[in-house]
Amino acid sequence: MTFDQKYFDIGRLDRLSYQDTFMHRLDPRVKVIATILFLLTVISFPKYEVGGLLPFFLFPVLIMTVGEIPVMFILKKVMLVSPFALFIGVFNPFLDAGTVTVFGGISVAAGWLSFLTIILKFVLTISAALLLIATTSFPGVCHALRLLGCPALLVSQLLFLYRYIFVLMEEAMRMIRAREMRSFGGRGAGIRGFVRLTGVLFLRTVERAERVYYAMLSRGFQGDLAILKRSRLVWKDMAFLAMTIAMLIVFRYYHVTEELGRLAQELIR
Amino acid sequence: MSHHIVAFKDVFFGYPDGTEALRGISFRIAHGESVGIVGANGAGKSTLLQHMNGYLLPTSGTVIVGDLSLSRKTRQEIRKKVGVVFQNPDDQLFMPTVFDDVAFGPLNLGLDEAAVRERVQGVLNMVHSLELRDKPPHHLSSGQKSAVAIAAVMAMEPDILVMDEPAANLDPKSRRALINILKTFKHSKIIASHDLDLILDVCQRCLVIKDGLLVMDGPVAEVLSNQALLEENNLELPLSLQRG
Amino acid sequence: MHMADALLSPAIGTTFWVGTFATIAYVSRKLKQQIDDKLIPLMGVLGAFIFAAQMINFTIPGTGSSGHLAGGMILAIILGPHAAFLVIASVVTVQALFFADGGLMALGCNIWNMGFYACFLGYPLIYKPLLGGSQRPPRIFVAALLSAIAVLQLGALSVVLQTWLSGKSELPFLTFLLLMQPIHLAIGIVEGFVTAGVINYVRSARPELLDSLVAASSKGAAYSLKKVLATFVVLAIFMGGALSWFASVYPDGLEWAITKTYGKSDLPEQSWGLARVLDKIQGKTAIFPDYRFQQKRNGAKESAAARPESPPAISVPGVIGAFLVLAIILLIGVGIRFFRR
Repeated sequence: MTFDQKYFDIGRLDRLSYQDTFMHRLDPRVKVIATILFLLTVISFPKYEVGGLLPFFLFPVLIMTVGEIPVMFILKKVMLVSPFALFIGVFNPFLDAGTVTVFGGISVAAGWLSFLTIILKFVLTISAALLLIATTSFPGVCHALRLLGCPALLVSQLLFLYRYIFVLMEEAMRMIRAREMRSFGGRGAGIRGFVRLTGVLFLRTVERAERVYYAMLSRGFQGDLAILKRSRLVWKDMAFLAMTIAMLIVFRYYHVTEELGRLAQELIR
Repeated sequence: MSHHIVAFKDVFFGYPDGTEALRGISFRIAHGESVGIVGANGAGKSTLLQHMNGYLLPTSGTVIVGDLSLSRKTRQEIRKKVGVVFQNPDDQLFMPTVFDDVAFGPLNLGLDEAAVRERVQGVLNMVHSLELRDKPPHHLSSGQKSAVAIAAVMAMEPDILVMDEPAANLDPKSRRALINILKTFKHSKIIASHDLDLILDVCQRCLVIKDGLLVMDGPVAEVLSNQALLEENNLELPLSLQRG
Repeated sequence: MHMADALLSPAIGTTFWVGTFATIAYVSRKLKQQIDDKLIPLMGVLGAFIFAAQMINFTIPGTGSSGHLAGGMILAIILGPHAAFLVIASVVTVQALFFADGGLMALGCNIWNMGFYACFLGYPLIYKPLLGGSQRPPRIFVAALLSAIAVLQLGALSVVLQTWLSGKSELPFLTFLLLMQPIHLAIGIVEGFVTAGVINYVRSARPELLDSLVAASSKGAAYSLKKVLATFVVLAIFMGGALSWFASVYPDGLEWAITKTYGKSDLPEQSWGLARVLDKIQGKTAIFPDYRFQQKRNGAKESAAARPESPPAISVPGVIGAFLVLAIILLIGVGIRFFRR
């Protein structure tokens, strides 16, 4: 997988997703639903609510530790994709007229708060999506989608895509390298060279599709892609889901951060 | 019995762009025979193989598999009898996991779940790849992919096994493993390859195709030691015969 | 450019999820009836192709920056609108899951932005009519260029609207628009060039291929212009509804409009029926925590209902709590790690 270092390391993410830990063994449906509920809860926070978001970091931390997913790996990816959201959010401190008083009589632009929530939400949501794959494997997620009611054609489309993405990316990598080796500094990188490369890759792709179709026909394909039912929900799965929902509710509707702070203040006194 | 024969009678095939790929091929392969097909690139080997499971239909002439004469109506049935293993296993392993790939055929045959699981288990065992069951194909090495591709085809329990360049991407160890597996199969085997040593090892009979015509059909030892014939077809003596 | 979860509100997210899912369901059903089996592996592999093609980039002359193919138009042209929408949906999903590009809640928005306009507007309303059955390269070039530009402009506009309506960013609508549209104009031009280039290349290298693909894909591509227009109308109603409740948050402009229309600053009861219902829901469940829907009857100038929320003061317990929460979570994490060894 030599393109990995260059292209987002999806090979590594893919390999991580086949590990065997408690998190990985949970039913994929439960993980998908939990992730969606998590995301919904996180994005439902109003734009100035910073403290309320903090307890939610418990989820990615738990998943990463129990699921044995390297923290730096996830963090690096989060940082890699942050530019757009940060770029939009960074205007907030300058455009939001409201002010917020901090204790001690200082006041600060409210926009800083909303910018902070954007950053926090960003880290939480992106890591949730990555951790879903990292602990479930892409086919697992697709299987869950199928069981949750997604149209069969879309699911098989996703699975085919997944199957061939590595193959095709490697093929593209080889072609790019071949171009590099022959272009002595970059003239092949113009639009003409690009169109030609892409065109050739496209043709090869279509030819590959023909061969795959032939292979499918040879093994009796007649239009239906039958898939075996594979997982059954166990009490562990339901317990995980129930606990997740409970925690989400508690964190969303109770001011956990504030309460903890108040508790600490009283203990100190 | 006529059960597992493969017979080509005067088969002609032309591609839409006019290329005459097969120009009157006739031969008969009986039950249990192991036949090699050799020839120069572009001679028509792949086209020939693609007729054997009905991917292509002859422009004229007949192809007989078992009791059936190949036609649009019979090709689904024929595909249950003839298993084709391709050159590039990536094209053949298109499901998300090894298990799914091997189960694909049996499922299409209409077997129930329990029977499918049993088949998959049995056939993966046969190619010594049971531990690869839940892996995605892109995590496998070339040798492993080839083994799984064969398993996927064998899972349909075909009567006739057809292979196109089976050892092309294999390292010597995997190639040897493949040869050993093939030797244990009692089915009719039809293998197209440039790897003449493999054909010498596995097959008893050999067909030579040149420019869409069958130019030689005989026992493998005889055909593959005919240096003049081989060189006419851009081939060489098998390495094992070259030492003398 | 994809919508991010961090900038999205649940309301907008769910709205577009509904729209996207409905389209997927419609397209799947249509394809199930009519698809040529041969297209199934092709769709899958072309999805992978988009990613591979995105690795190939090129320098845009004059700018020094690099560009690559987004792929919506070329998929629509090769596969027909229905299959293409499914492929685009799968591509955007993999981008969200594997590449963390765009979020999962925003997936509905992103599939819509990347897919709907290319498949149901750009292809049928611009590309095909402009092509008019001809296959000549210059015609293909113009058709591809114009449709790509239009499609990308609509996509960019959608992102701006979705962000604005979500209300998490302070960026004014117009400013954001003026940033996004020109960039996407350039992207659209490039996309058009590349799309036309690849199609023409394939046509010259293997002409029979395109024809067979077109034959296979048009098996299921028949649909009526009426249906497209109907979708347009539904879309318009959607946007109208969304805009109207958002506008209720800024009553001043609305008041002016109402005064002009009705000659009095009294709002007709009926038009805010929806708003009242939404308000009740909002009160109970805080699904839309940022908005109040129903404008206050009297003293509307006060705009208390208008300003979505006022920032809370930062308190001492709040800050202490923040540190405590993070410390506890860190301890838990380290503890589990340690325990696992």
